[in-house]
Amino acid sequence: MQDEPTPTELIKAVADFLRNEIVPQIKGHNAFKLRVGINALDLVTRQLALEQGNDAAESARLTQLLGAGGSLIELNRALSDKISKGEVDLQTPGLAEHLWQTTMDKLAVDQPNYASYKRELGKS
Amino acid sequence: MIEDQLGRCVASWYPGATGVTGAAKLSGGASQETWTFDIVHASGNVGAILRRAPPGYGASPGRAAGLDAEATLMQLAHDAGLPSPRVMHVLTPNDELGTGFIMQRIEGETIARKILRDEQFAQARPILARQLGGVIAGIHGLPVAKLPKLREMSATKEIADLEREYRSFNWPRPVFELALRWLRERDPGPSKELTLVHGDFRHGNLIIGPDGVRAVLDWELAHFGDPMEDLGWICVNSWRFGEIDKPVGGFGTREALFAGYEEAGRKVDPDRVMFWEVMGTLRWGIMCCGMMQRFRSGPDHSMERAMIGRRSSETEIDLLRLLAPRGG
Repeated sequence: MQDEPTPTELIKAVADFLRNEIVPQIKGHNAFKLRVGINALDLVTRQLALEQGNDAAESARLTQLLGAGGSLIELNRALSDKISKGEVDLQTPGLAEHLWQTTMDKLAVDQPNYASYKRELGKS
Repeated sequence: MIEDQLGRCVASWYPGATGVTGAAKLSGGASQETWTFDIVHASGNVGAILRRAPPGYGASPGRAAGLDAEATLMQLAHDAGLPSPRVMHVLTPNDELGTGFIMQRIEGETIARKILRDEQFAQARPILARQLGGVIAGIHGLPVAKLPKLREMSATKEIADLEREYRSFNWPRPVFELALRWLRERDPGPSKELTLVHGDFRHGNLIIGPDGVRAVLDWELAHFGDPMEDLGWICVNSWRFGEIDKPVGGFGTREALFAGYEEAGRKVDPDRVMFWEVMGTLRWGIMCCGMMQRFRSGPDHSMERAMIGRRSSETEIDLLRLLAPRGG
């Protein structure tokens, strides 16, 4: 068992240091790169917090939709294949809801400030 | 030093030029660079831009029109009275600067967030969509006989290209599959009219001033095809930068864009434009995935590229908003 602090706590501490102490001192293109770097650290902490629950729910939905089990990537390959062949489409019960939920969960990790995401969050 | 080389080059075709100053690289990948500099002249310095492939980088990659074609297109657009920089010089081997061209530098802004938020563009924003409609109509109307050799694209070919690229990533994305299926089922077939298509008509490639559009840049993806492609591409949500209720670049309406286009004597097919907007949204999503691939395998192991890979999910939500909109 690894000891504390957790990866999330470590990354947050680094991100906060960069944000509060280093950002004000950096100018030009490196300031842009620094912001990208801080965004990447923030993304990782969101993924660490949300991935397990999101993946479990996605896996359960896919198992139900496809009527078969497998790893998450296998299930996604199977669904992709069925959509491509037209075996399932937006009329298939549960498909649109599944794609929406999965996409919303991805955005919650990737880009929670994306305007389309914020708009759709108000609808659910 | 590039200033010495540029100075010698400029002296050979610009009467009275005594050198260049202030050369700075604006952007550059491995194969293509853009430089800004001033031509020194007794009657006042003249702003110029060098766009080149450095020596040793001859051929342009896959889809690119090539720098010679870009120069020809810009000059044709300029001659037709469209907002485009004047091409001052096409590089020759004697210049020892590689291949490319030197053009007039046009002052203004290309950064979308500034154009959408800064006070100095407040007067420009309400008129831009209509203006750009007129500009892109002018581009589509450039005389085919004078155009350089360019690749020919159709919706069918574009769908096939996107699908091939997506499959090469070997990473399942059900939303992209849904979009590909939607596009295949609604492929409108060959366009009745084949025109010059700019291919990347959007924020970043447009110089905007307080008075409106000043120049169209970056003809790298120019080709022959369905003119509605350019109208769809500029409406892709990824270029709205948060202003999602203003489909044209975050500043205007489709109606204004179409009105400007039709005032210039050309016809809009709104269904086809919507088709190309879906295609464009998927295309940007696949381009984001491509950035991730280059981050992993290529020499550009940068955070920026890696993080753009995580922006492909933005296009997934935008595709769902287009193809499976929810109420509320």
